[in-house]
Amino acid sequence: MNQKVLKGNMSVITMTNKSLPQLDELYKEIILEHYRHPHGRIPVEHIHYQADGMNPLCGDEVKLALEVENNKIKRIFIDSHGCSISVASASMLAEILNNKTLDEAKLIYAHFKDMMHGVSLSEEFDIGDLEALEGVKKFPVRIKCALLPWTTFDEALAGHKHIEIS
Amino acid sequence: MFDIEKIRKDFPILKRIIWGDKKLVYFDNAATTQKPSVVINALVDYYENINANIHRGVHKLAEESTIAYENVRLKVRKLLNADSNTEIIFTRNATESLNLLSYTLGESLNEGDEILISEMEHHSNIVPWFILKNRKNISIKFIPITDKYELDYEALSSLVTKKTKIISVTHKSNVLGTVNDIKKISDIAHSAGAVLIVDAAQSVPHMRINFNEMGCDFIVFSAHKMCGPTGVGVLAGKKDLLEKMPPFMGGGEMIRKVTFDDFTVNDLPWKYEAGTPNIADVIAFEKAIDYIQSIGIQNIYDYECELTSYALDSIKQFDFLKLYGPENVKNRAGIITFSNPVVHPHDIATIIDQYGVAIRAGHHCAQPLMKKLGVQATCRASFYFYNTKQEVDIFINALKSAFDYFALGACKDLVSNEPKGAKR
Repeated sequence: MNQKVLKGNMSVITMTNKSLPQLDELYKEIILEHYRHPHGRIPVEHIHYQADGMNPLCGDEVKLALEVENNKIKRIFIDSHGCSISVASASMLAEILNNKTLDEAKLIYAHFKDMMHGVSLSEEFDIGDLEALEGVKKFPVRIKCALLPWTTFDEALAGHKHIEIS
Repeated sequence: MFDIEKIRKDFPILKRIIWGDKKLVYFDNAATTQKPSVVINALVDYYENINANIHRGVHKLAEESTIAYENVRLKVRKLLNADSNTEIIFTRNATESLNLLSYTLGESLNEGDEILISEMEHHSNIVPWFILKNRKNISIKFIPITDKYELDYEALSSLVTKKTKIISVTHKSNVLGTVNDIKKISDIAHSAGAVLIVDAAQSVPHMRINFNEMGCDFIVFSAHKMCGPTGVGVLAGKKDLLEKMPPFMGGGEMIRKVTFDDFTVNDLPWKYEAGTPNIADVIAFEKAIDYIQSIGIQNIYDYECELTSYALDSIKQFDFLKLYGPENVKNRAGIITFSNPVVHPHDIATIIDQYGVAIRAGHHCAQPLMKKLGVQATCRASFYFYNTKQEVDIFINALKSAFDYFALGACKDLVSNEPKGAKR
């Protein structure tokens, strides 16, 4: 019997789902941790880019706002309501894109998207916790969940709801 | 009551093994049902032996296919306990039947007229009316549901006015399972001079229907939710109303005469069946009706009530789940919808799928109802007569595993990520 330990302010919990390795691939500890304690929930003061994303299939929603200074992402607000995969992906986005230049951010998105679509990543490129979402690939209908925060980010940058500052 | 093991043998798909070694537990019957061999074989038989276009040729095959096709119409009329004043029209599905009505019946509406639909409608009984609203400048009002998940009949009475021209409601909610009292609604509708349309996609497969007693003017449903093939829908309606309505789609079959200037329409029901219909699937649908009737629709209803009651008793052990639907099993047979603010329905569905259990997770094409319930999505298990209590046990065990994954149950109070959507 394999036991897992979840950290954070959850006390130690044991789980016994070893008969289904595919699920362990999907619901990695780190994903559940992001789901329970998502990053990026603090509103930003100055919104320079924003977009709302929605998956009409399941009703998952994402609201995203960026504060950008000198082409660098200073603060990210991302509020996602949906399944563990989309919430975790949004939380990871908030974590990894913080303090990145817009170009760096776009590159991370491109790599992440490649990974979700089955393109293997070059070893030098580090996408941090996002790597944990690779297991989603085996559940094709859930890939959209993982990508939703990122397509919303992409739309924000594309200026769909780009707010000009004076 | 009936031999469940024998029945299950009639459905080849129920032998399927999922994810290597899991038996299929198919609880997504409100979306579509599985097909017995007699229906599958009827499709092959049609194409191998009698395939020909109907109502056209004078040759033997054309005669046979026409008779077979028209026969199903009579069988459907009998299934609905409707008399000869009722026309049976074949469409692609219940959705197309509703669109046909909104387009044709809706044509007679004028600015300021009102249509009433309920808060528990499927998108197919909402969007066609919104399309009409945009075309005709009419208004759509929603009949609310009570906190017991039933239609608010008092509110309905007060919503009906002289302006109300159409009331269109579901017979049985695809989310709540709630069975609405059509006789009562029909009395209210007709006293105001409104036409009543009933979406019976979820009721015809599971319970006895008496079109005449219900008192509605139109009823729509789909073959594929009752062991029949996809691509066949039914619109049954009062002849006198259908005669007055303009045609829907134009083409072959629906005309009597076409000149260089104009056309005249064919008689009912062919007036509403433009083009070559879905002959093969309609003919195979007859076998589905025969099959269901050989088991007995009342037996099916009683068995599903028993199964639902068993499943509800089991699922109540998860006291952190919110269940949606009327208390009385007789009034919600076959459907169990639930959610929990911590584990998203998609996560639950993905996990239990690994145990071979197929349920639906999402908004069930009823977003306004989801909003009313204060959730973005729910899980829905829906049964048919070939499901068993053993399958319910597998489902419940799979749910246990799903909640274990999210550490619900023992540690549920510690979980902090409550989606704000629940409060909207």
